[in-house]
Amino acid sequence: MIIAVASGKGGTGKTTVSVNLARVFGNGVQLLDCDVEAPNAHLFLRGDLLVEETVNIRIPEVNSQLCNGCGDCSDFCEFNAVVTIAKSAMVFPELCHACGGCETVCRKNAIREADSRIGTVQTINAGDITLVHGRLDVGISSASPLVEAVKRRIQPELHAILDAPPGTSCPAVATLRKSDYVVLVTEPTPFGLHDLKLAVAMVRQMGIPFGVVVNRYGIGDDRVHLYCGRENIPLLLEIPDDRRIAEAYSRGETIVDVLPAYLGLFTQLRDSLLYRAD
Amino acid sequence: MKELVIISGKGGTGKTSVTASFAALAERPVMADCDVDAADLHLVLTPEIRQRNDFYSGHEAVIRPQDCINCGVCMDPCRFGAVVEVDMATNGASFAIDPIACEGCGVCVWLCPTKAIDFPERLCGEWMVSSTRYGPMVHAQLGVAAENSGKLVTAVREMARLLAEQESRKLIIIDGPPGIGCATIAAMTGASLALAVTEPTVSGEHDLERILSLARHFGIPVSVCVNKWDLNPEMTERIENKAVQAGARIVGRIRYDRAMTYAQMQAQAAVEANAACAADIRQVWRQLEL
Repeated sequence: MIIAVASGKGGTGKTTVSVNLARVFGNGVQLLDCDVEAPNAHLFLRGDLLVEETVNIRIPEVNSQLCNGCGDCSDFCEFNAVVTIAKSAMVFPELCHACGGCETVCRKNAIREADSRIGTVQTINAGDITLVHGRLDVGISSASPLVEAVKRRIQPELHAILDAPPGTSCPAVATLRKSDYVVLVTEPTPFGLHDLKLAVAMVRQMGIPFGVVVNRYGIGDDRVHLYCGRENIPLLLEIPDDRRIAEAYSRGETIVDVLPAYLGLFTQLRDSLLYRAD
Repeated sequence: MKELVIISGKGGTGKTSVTASFAALAERPVMADCDVDAADLHLVLTPEIRQRNDFYSGHEAVIRPQDCINCGVCMDPCRFGAVVEVDMATNGASFAIDPIACEGCGVCVWLCPTKAIDFPERLCGEWMVSSTRYGPMVHAQLGVAAENSGKLVTAVREMARLLAEQESRKLIIIDGPPGIGCATIAAMTGASLALAVTEPTVSGEHDLERILSLARHFGIPVSVCVNKWDLNPEMTERIENKAVQAGARIVGRIRYDRAMTYAQMQAQAAVEANAACAADIRQVWRQLEL
């Protein structure tokens, strides 16, 4: 089963839920950190690095000997990544979406693609958990190709938990695509509810079944509960606002290990999710 | 005219809450909510919308079933997995474009032997110009799964600059998005100063390093403040030391205060609600010397 843990608002507890859920899944679960701009799961799960791979996208290069400055490539490019000046074409890699179009339309065979680095994917053995950690290079604009590279490491015979980035734009959608279930983590506050509604619209548009986890229950009011009730959205779990949780989190500790009273909450969430898989 | 951008790396550190208080403390500011993905500043500043604008950016491919000859030539060249096989009986053709996956590159449009693929402009969201109790505010909402968040952010910032010029306002306060990707880059480039709001946690520390690196990359001076600092004073100090080593300036600390959330629930900034943390926020504001 592929479970994505997402949210609208940042900082609601996606990584907390992902990491603790992975801990209670037991034997042979994968945790894939798809929040490649700001990955945090590795801070809570220590283990041995098995593989580190550089991830590239294919960016066009123009052979100025063959280029006749016809401008077909720059006319074609939707992203202003190719410019034709003085009988030659020039590529701006940071704008390029790696669609392969300019190479396709070039009649002179003057364009060829080369690897351009965007980040790394590390595979870490953290006991029962295989952690796949994607890390975008600082300065790279587009996270989605790296999210896809992380997801290519999913082993279909194991359960996979995907720690998604916040929001509803392309990197979040790239994470959620083809998941079996989405857990939306929120907080019971005005910002939390507003952004939850955006995330709900996203998962509904994508047609993936989902449920909600309310974190820091008690800091606000019951608006999220009322919303879930009205919308018939399953409320999977409530994690109380407990300063000890915040403090453990601040130190990089997993709740189920340092606050055993909460172990039951996460096993309950796990069982709830496995039940929905069937 | 100065532009202050509030960023974090890590989500949920308190950017929007701090921005709302700064709006109250600043003299005649313009506010720009550049977290176009999940905008929340309006929930506190309660803007009256004066102008709404559709945001069109890029294109999307749409197959015309009546002209599709089901050759499938469009499928393999699509780098984004957007060409999907569908049931001919219900769809009129064997292929369709998944709008969520479609990147708007135009390769399939160019390749189609019968020119059966339309390429209309894509409506990606909307942006608004509003008035608030503290000044004009430009904000936006990106559509679900939409591309071009960077472009929408740029549109918001350009409008904010225009308003500042028109009304002789000297400061634009930009509520930035989390992360370090295209929306954050668009929110930061050309800003006079960035304030990185972080939290005293291993995650906050990790992501702060990345956002500071991004700011250095763009040559933007950064000030740092640790929010909820008393949840872990040791970590707070560690983060502040690292930030200074990375060339940032420490402008203060904000204590953890539940009144910040109560204020949000009343659509008030912390400094309007006289929360205990308000004194800390005022101190940070003073230190920014804007």
